[in-house]
Amino acid sequence: MRFEHKDLLDISSLSPQDITMILDTAEGMKEINKRPVKKVPTLRGKTIVLFFQEPSTRTKLSFDIAAKRLSADVISISTGSSSIVKGETLIDTVKNLESMSPDIIVMRHSSSGAAQLIARKLAPSVVNAGDGLHAHPTQSLLDMMTVREKKGKIEGLKIAIIGDIAHSRVARSNINGFTKMGATVNVTAPGTMIPKGIETLGCHVAPDIESCVEDADVVMMLRIQKERQENILFPSEREYASLFGLTRERLARARMDAIVMHPGPMNRGVEIANIVADGERSVILEQVTNGVALRMAVFYLVAGGKKYADKD
Amino acid sequence: MLTRIKGAKIVDPGNVDGDYKDIIIRDGLIDALVEPDKELDATDTDEIKEIDATGMIAVPGLIDLHVHLREPGHEYKETIETGARAAVRGGFTTICPMPNTSPVNDNSQVTAYIVNKARDLGLCRILPVGAITRGLEGDTLAEYGDMKQKGMVAISDDGRPVADARVMRRAMEYANGLGLPVISHSEDLSLAREGSMNEGITATRLGIKGIPNAAESTMVMREIALAELTGARVHIAHVSCEESVDAIRHGKARGVKVTAETAPHYFTLTDEAVAQYDTHAKMNPPLRTEKDRQAIIEGLVDGTLDIIATDHAPHSPLEKEVEFDRAAFGIVGLETSLALSLELVQEEKLSLSRLIEKMSKNPAAILGIDNDLKPGNPADITLIDPEAYHTIDPDTFFSKGVNTPFVGFNVKGEAWMTLVQGRVVFEKEL
Ligand SMILES: [Zn+2]
Repeated sequence: MRFEHKDLLDISSLSPQDITMILDTAEGMKEINKRPVKKVPTLRGKTIVLFFQEPSTRTKLSFDIAAKRLSADVISISTGSSSIVKGETLIDTVKNLESMSPDIIVMRHSSSGAAQLIARKLAPSVVNAGDGLHAHPTQSLLDMMTVREKKGKIEGLKIAIIGDIAHSRVARSNINGFTKMGATVNVTAPGTMIPKGIETLGCHVAPDIESCVEDADVVMMLRIQKERQENILFPSEREYASLFGLTRERLARARMDAIVMHPGPMNRGVEIANIVADGERSVILEQVTNGVALRMAVFYLVAGGKKYADKD
Repeated sequence: MLTRIKGAKIVDPGNVDGDYKDIIIRDGLIDALVEPDKELDATDTDEIKEIDATGMIAVPGLIDLHVHLREPGHEYKETIETGARAAVRGGFTTICPMPNTSPVNDNSQVTAYIVNKARDLGLCRILPVGAITRGLEGDTLAEYGDMKQKGMVAISDDGRPVADARVMRRAMEYANGLGLPVISHSEDLSLAREGSMNEGITATRLGIKGIPNAAESTMVMREIALAELTGARVHIAHVSCEESVDAIRHGKARGVKVTAETAPHYFTLTDEAVAQYDTHAKMNPPLRTEKDRQAIIEGLVDGTLDIIATDHAPHSPLEKEVEFDRAAFGIVGLETSLALSLELVQEEKLSLSRLIEKMSKNPAAILGIDNDLKPGNPADITLIDPEAYHTIDPDTFFSKGVNTPFVGFNVKGEAWMTLVQGRVVFEKEL
């Protein structure tokens, strides 16, 4: 069986079989990361460009390490050094990159749909590292990987996602991914953070955090972005914490063996209490560890699947 | 010089509706409508040019109350000439360009520039719409009287709505004294802010910030209230959603002097057209849901929506081949409007006469023009080939803009010939 996609743009274009294949491959990659010499020659001679139009240290680092462990050459371009700021269009910028013959372009961009836009125009594989509010497929896949690892399965689980669903690409991709794999997803947030028609993605909207986490197998908290305050989404962090923060008491409503996740970076004391973030049910650092393996798997698969893709 | 248009069926609601008559044109004016077999008077020794329009439908020239010609200032998107060519190709004999050019049409020099250019071109009539406020900045009234003397026919804030209700009130009062209608681009910018498509399921799925129906309908309600307060004539531009249709219906029932337009994309497409981040389906107001689309059709059927305009908004690929949220709003419409609107006739939502009211008679009434096909009136005539099957292809457009979501649509009916002041300004190539 082969991975038949040239690009990884979002979760909705993947089948459950695709997702399983990626997760299985990532498990294999995880073993490499435990070796004393954490490097395999799989992608030697391949060039991977990390093009980050939006600031991100953690995701970029994760992609960077993943690429290097597979022996790919990595070139990193961020907003400061790219000419996007000088008024060049996105398509011109990536066409320029393309003419230097990279094999994979990893892009993060603040506009929803940006990954689709460039994938339509480019021969190299495109891996979406987050586009606007739309999708963050590798984050969702590493979350699914972590859940599968901890729970042995995804199907039939109850996943609670709490936070700014409206402005979160992680939420969109995870609602998509977990429901596709047979889990039940409940979300909750202040009314300002629940977008119109979110149920059509397959999740349920709970009225409050208590009912959202009730009997959950997985409790996933989203980062509250203070800079969104200007959008009048909530009155204060204090009130947000009191209504939607994950405390020990609230977590007690979930299943005894429930795990706590967060895509990071955390606002301790706002969406998640210190004691929960550092508690034994928190798998937040394991998510980071799995992120590297998962991204190695994605590189490996899109590089291998590429020769079957037709390009106009 | 005499011209005789032979064999066409005439659809001129309120005048001649469905009869076969020949149209005699003399010196740019309609001279007579005669029976097809009638010989002209022997005293007429002039040369007679005959146009065999058998199988065609002759209608009073189509009028588009809402276009953007981009000149002066953005000639790379469209010029007055390319826009006028697109207009006559689409069957329009009169178009009204919005003032959001650069410089803005907020003074008589710009008005005169547009009017003179249009006259020199000799294609269609171009009746400019002036700005409500200077620089479209929403603060001080532009000199409507001065602009009117140069040929300005209405005022509008299109593209940059007047946020301050008091300014809008004063504009209505002042324009009313001059007999000018006020065309409102109804949008509450504080609600629409940052949005780039309809707020709804598709936007949620795509992660695109939405523009709610209420951004439009609350402003429609304000304009109707102000029109009632001032007694002015207000015309609501590009109505896209159900709540606005309801508000206008209610306003009309109260006797408010409100008229309204929609555009073909609002009764043809829904926000699902954006599905693959297609920037050619991005316009303002945005494409809405199926429920809204049905409400728009209902509004056209029951007369709440008086007019079909195009909101022809040409852009270059520079503004469209970019990230969705950064792409410009707007699509071209002059060369697709008639065919798309005729779909309503094929679907038996509107009779052809009703459609011609919406595309010619009602806009004429708003502009205070008598365009009946009767002796003494200018011979502005569109001959429609109702059987012309074709596929919409932007490569054939006369407009510089190719930004249309209708590529590949199979449609039926288009302009076969367009006459302005008796002159053939467009003739379909065979
Ligand atoms: Zn407008």
